[in-house]
Amino acid sequence: MTARTGQEELAAQFEQWRRYVLRRRELQPSDADELEDHLRGSVDELIAAGLSPDEAFLVAVKRMGSLDELSREFAREHSERLWKQLVLTGEAGSPAADTRSRRDMWAMVICAAGAAVSIKAPELFGLRLADDGAFYARNFALFALPWLAVFLAWRRHARRPLIATLVALFGLGAVAANAYPLAEESKSLVLTSIHLPIALWLVVGLAYVADDWRSSRRRMDFIRFTGEWLIYFVLIALGGGVLSLFLYHTFNAIGIIPQEFISQWLLPCGAVAGAVVAGWLVEAKQSVVENIAPVLTRLFTPLFTAALLAFLVAVGWTSHGINVDREALILFDLLLIVVLGLLLYSISARDPLAPTGLFDKLQLALVVSALAIDVLVLLAITARITDEYGTTPNRAAALGENLILLANLAYSAWLLLRFIRRRAPFTALERWQTGYLPVYAGWAWIVVLLFPPLFSYV
Amino acid sequence: MKVAKDLVAASATPMVLGILADGESYGYAILRRINELSGGELDWTEGLLYPLLHRLERLGYAQSSWQSVAGERRRKYYRITDKGLAELAEQRRQWDTVTDALKEIWLGLGERGPLTAIPLGCRA
Repeated sequence: MTARTGQEELAAQFEQWRRYVLRRRELQPSDADELEDHLRGSVDELIAAGLSPDEAFLVAVKRMGSLDELSREFAREHSERLWKQLVLTGEAGSPAADTRSRRDMWAMVICAAGAAVSIKAPELFGLRLADDGAFYARNFALFALPWLAVFLAWRRHARRPLIATLVALFGLGAVAANAYPLAEESKSLVLTSIHLPIALWLVVGLAYVADDWRSSRRRMDFIRFTGEWLIYFVLIALGGGVLSLFLYHTFNAIGIIPQEFISQWLLPCGAVAGAVVAGWLVEAKQSVVENIAPVLTRLFTPLFTAALLAFLVAVGWTSHGINVDREALILFDLLLIVVLGLLLYSISARDPLAPTGLFDKLQLALVVSALAIDVLVLLAITARITDEYGTTPNRAAALGENLILLANLAYSAWLLLRFIRRRAPFTALERWQTGYLPVYAGWAWIVVLLFPPLFSYV
Repeated sequence: MKVAKDLVAASATPMVLGILADGESYGYAILRRINELSGGELDWTEGLLYPLLHRLERLGYAQSSWQSVAGERRRKYYRITDKGLAELAEQRRQWDTVTDALKEIWLGLGERGPLTAIPLGCRA
């Protein structure tokens, strides 16, 4: 063996050792540098004493002792490293990843600023937030979600056909929100304000999955994204609430009442910018923080199952029919949405190959009890909807949603049962849920586009 | 003879600060120096030294800087600060108290005799 190949081999060994060290979370690249220098010092000395590079390396590594012990000692000094930290702009990692995350952050800042500016832009045309609440109510999603979609599409290097589709769909949303002559107190206005954000959120989903929109896995990623985004957004909103509270009271103490600033500037701009920031956070932290939505799901699935079962028992015990008043359908729609959410987010975190467990059975119980309650409600309501109230846009939308969710959950229950009996793989359920996403989009667009003319703009 | 772990840990800070007071140095050299000074009796591990250096840095007793040596190789040098010197003086006072007291005790034992029963030179 020549000295040259010996050196090369040594370099390769150092490289390997380094990779091994960097797998430890307690040891950062700078520690690896420092330890490598130490190891090299030790190796040099051993070579000078007459060992071959190979032998010297082995002895030096052996002297350093086990990496377990080493990282334990490091962890004692650097306990903060055991908490996964969200590094917003690199520091650790390669320079390439560093510049990438930096560029991401700038793109996010631009998009968030764009969103904040766009919600104030209509004021130039005399549409004030205080006076034209209806305009802002049906359009607010249009000030935030396109910017989030821009950020996501930019990050994924979306191609032209996709960009054109996104532009077309957001344009369609803008037309739907503003073209119909809806009065301020019309029912359809409320419906549009609720359904347009849903429709546009799924357009954001299109930007999220980019080229792979047919892939079930990518769609599942979007479902995960949605859950995390929502949680981040709520946290940001809470922080914003605390900020406004302090702002209000501190300025109040010196005799200035910043109410107009808070309600006209801080809240609307903060809300739309927050939507973009939340999206960026989810993208940036993907592998840093454990997803929280599945954790919440684990916590609440047993509790909701218990509550629903208790409700069913109470209905059977008292033989008291469900009192179907005006809000009942909406309440039970929300219940189904919660159950669907619990189902979705436990699917999103489940290893498809893991065997069936108690939790799967619990979930089946949850879905079946929700279905049973919903069927009771529907039976009670169908009789009255035709003769007593007649069809209004609200009721038609609520009923449609109920049926869509019912169909989804019924088939999900069937798939879950088959999975628990080991007749079908878990992925069947996953594919069913991701395949169902376009149905929600379709329904939301129908409500936004067709309901106002169908119900003659009431 | 092996020095007990607790004693090693307790004496580590003043030793490192003392070595750094001589001039800036880096991990491997510090370890060599300790080895030399103790005649090979103090067997420090890397797991003891590097976290300790990082702690001294965090507490402001030492400052570090990366310097490149021999091509691409980078080495982290540590230099003692004024605060570190003050700490060293304080630790030295405490250690002097402890060793003085111990010496008195050893001496007293020696006068009474039983210490002679303990073989000296158990090092070998």
